Amino acid sequence: MEWIFEQGRPIYTQIVEQIRINIANGTYEPGQQLPSVRDLAMEAAVNPNTMQRAFSELERDGLIYTVRTSGRFVTEEEGKLDILQKKLGQEFIEDLFEKLQKLGMSKKEIMDAIEEWAKEMK
Amino acid sequence: MSIFECRSLTKYYGKTKALDNIDLKLEAGQIVGLLGPNGSGKTTLIKLANGLLQPAGGQILIEGEEPGAGTKAKVAYLPDRGFLPEYMTVEALFKLYGDFFKDFNTKKADQMLEGLGIKKTDTLKKMSKGTKEKIQLILVMSRDAKIYFLDEPIAGVDPAARDYILRTIISNYCENSLVLISTHLIADVESVLDDVVFIKEGRVVLHKAADIIREEEGKNIDGLFREVFKC
Repeated sequence: MEWIFEQGRPIYTQIVEQIRINIANGTYEPGQQLPSVRDLAMEAAVNPNTMQRAFSELERDGLIYTVRTSGRFVTEEEGKLDILQKKLGQEFIEDLFEKLQKLGMSKKEIMDAIEEWAKEMK
Repeated sequence: MSIFECRSLTKYYGKTKALDNIDLKLEAGQIVGLLGPNGSGKTTLIKLANGLLQPAGGQILIEGEEPGAGTKAKVAYLPDRGFLPEYMTVEALFKLYGDFFKDFNTKKADQMLEGLGIKKTDTLKKMSKGTKEKIQLILVMSRDAKIYFLDEPIAGVDPAARDYILRTIISNYCENSLVLISTHLIADVESVLDDVVFIKEGRVVLHKAADIIREEEGKNIDGLFREVFKC
């Protein structure tokens, strides 16, 4: 997996984001074991403490859990995964709205544009 | 007790003040970047830590002790220039290190060598700069030291070799040790750093966690560096 980090934002935040996306899009499947902190840190070319911090946050959110002698696993709780999808969806929509509003579009213009785009997409 | 500490550390070269009252505390379990332009005092600081130079004032402490025979056994140093005899083979170098340092792990060195396509019978003389750097790094990282001082470990080396060197540093991370990377090639190295220390004209002008800098400044370490050290 290619890890690309944006400048000017904490790396651990971006790792959390990337793993959440990977969980939501099925790259990491429910119940799948994640690589160790060290292995993933090497893959992403980041400091192991940074990776550990990201894992801790994901664990606090209930998206991953630790089995003491085995490692870390993606949650299998449907509820958690639904919430994740909804949350990520809202974040992307918020980002889209921000960008389009910066271009001077009103809320109605944005909704109309989205509908049109969706129609053409089918 | 901090694993590495400087207290009002000062060093002169003749009349030039190379280090000016350095106060610094670094903890184990971190990879720290010592960042500054050429001539800012980075190598002087590292040489003092290794007991190769004596302070003019103040103290430098390795696990509470001043540099000497006791600390040399716990400190691993990768200098910025080639420091090994060119005529030696990889095999001979492994043996040399094994003889010199009690904590040298030959098995680990062999493992790191595997997959690099380097023969143990090759001499340093025959190798490219990138390959030499890798061998030097393997020797230093195969020691089970408390502090690793890496002085410009990726300078003048191709991107693939750079990746290998950084991956090796990450994979050798140990929560009981400190790795101090001294460099001016910040963009390549910054994702690997916990804390960042900016050294300017012999003074510490910044010591902060890398991610906190990114959060507070909205810039990368490289970006902040360019600002702080603008010519």
